[in-house]
Amino acid sequence: MKVGIVGIGHGKFGNRSDATVQELAFEPFKLAIDDAKNLRRENIDALVVGSVPEYHMQRSLPGVVAEYVGMNPKSTWLTEAACASGSAAIRTAYMAIKSGMHDIVAVIGVQKMRELSTAEILALMGRVGDVQWESIFGTTFPGYYALYANRHMFEFGTTREQIGLVALKNHYYGSMNPNAFFQKEITMEKVLKSDDVAYPLKVFDCCANADGAACIIMANETNTKKYTDTPLWFEGLGSASAQMSVLRRPNLVEIPSAIEAAKQAYKQAKVKPSDIQVAEVHDCFTIAEIMAYENLGFCPKGKGGKFIEEKQSYIGGKTPVNVDGGLKAKGHPVGATGVSMATEIVKQLRGDAGKRQVSGAEIGLTHNVGGIGQYTFVHILKR
Amino acid sequence: MPFKYFGKINFTPYTKVDAFADYLQKGKLMGTKCKKCGEIYFPPKADCIKCMNDKVDWIEFSGKGTLHSYAKIFAAPKGFEDMAPYTIGVVDLKEGGRLLSWLKDISDREIKIGMPVKVVPRIFEEIQEIKLYYTIEKL
Repeated sequence: MKVGIVGIGHGKFGNRSDATVQELAFEPFKLAIDDAKNLRRENIDALVVGSVPEYHMQRSLPGVVAEYVGMNPKSTWLTEAACASGSAAIRTAYMAIKSGMHDIVAVIGVQKMRELSTAEILALMGRVGDVQWESIFGTTFPGYYALYANRHMFEFGTTREQIGLVALKNHYYGSMNPNAFFQKEITMEKVLKSDDVAYPLKVFDCCANADGAACIIMANETNTKKYTDTPLWFEGLGSASAQMSVLRRPNLVEIPSAIEAAKQAYKQAKVKPSDIQVAEVHDCFTIAEIMAYENLGFCPKGKGGKFIEEKQSYIGGKTPVNVDGGLKAKGHPVGATGVSMATEIVKQLRGDAGKRQVSGAEIGLTHNVGGIGQYTFVHILKR
Repeated sequence: MPFKYFGKINFTPYTKVDAFADYLQKGKLMGTKCKKCGEIYFPPKADCIKCMNDKVDWIEFSGKGTLHSYAKIFAAPKGFEDMAPYTIGVVDLKEGGRLLSWLKDISDREIKIGMPVKVVPRIFEEIQEIKLYYTIEKL
């Protein structure tokens, strides 16, 4: 029994000071129901919410979201895996359907990151790593990725410019995505002249905190065929973890959870990295996308810099990556990101991606990393 | 609970490796060694990941090691704004394990991944309360 997607919805990402978190959640949920064929809200058995709770004033998010979108008294719950919470939600929906417990499940990834004060954000930012041995020295998210970047440059000769090329590509594609936070192209000069955040990373190497929501509605095989004429199927789902502390990682040039999750997903889907025609990867920082090329097997280890330099991750290259702008241009409302990735792959495989369409794409992949690599979910979708 | 004195800001005053801070105050950098399988840990752990034994011994580290990677932090989190910019480093310790801390008295130009370094136990002198930490310095 296969598990498919019958409908998708995507809200505007960015500074959404016009809406509460549940109001944000409503937007893609409504779009996803409309996107399916003759699906009524009453047909949906359960609602899984992917989100990181500490960013919200409202506690226990599924409660308020389920009420606002009119899903009571149906089952609802939250999944959390830091920045991979959206993909974790998709994985639990898959399990729920595969087990036969539910036939149709809605997944909403939602996050409002601009609700907290700057002081609260700065305090949260100071506790992203291992708080016992690392945060006490003032580590930050970009700081950890800067550790990866410096080591990657040292071991493989990756250059500062190669890392910056990721930002150029993703802003180029972001300019074609009306839901993206930033819809303007940028230049290398702009990247290299932007303010330092954590050397060697600069402002334009970092994705932006954003508000936003995305939704997919998943179903078992029978219901997928019933509620859509363009079914897309989950063919491979990989999930793995890695050490919270960078001090206990085998190395600082790759994300071990990504390598393991990818291996599982390829095996289940019976495909190779070279079979992937379009991919959405977790570019929370530019260096993260370079490591993703390598960890997913799109290029050999250490060759990620060259891969982008040769434009292999552009449309027309070996594996087009983040052709919706990625986290970099879309913004990163953490809980929404994994679900947003899935909606883009659906658009691509349906041939509905407009100007940024990868022509004839039939197999797509999402790669969603939580935190500094503690969790990775890799999903492979086929037409 | 001496561990509350470890760090400019401490988030975890309660831990089974509380004695670490006592040793650090005496100028000793200590890790743990599993009594059963002999696995060495830095940062110290009260429980062995490898064999799941919960009995460990304290062992003294020389503080010597090599710089594995570094990052210069400009955008600092709460409680560290007054220090920014500062450079953090990760050290591969000679006895095993890794340590993260600030680089001290090493200029940007001198920083080289792979360079030999030493870890030095310290007390914040400009802060009235006892606040223990360590720095990464040129060997």
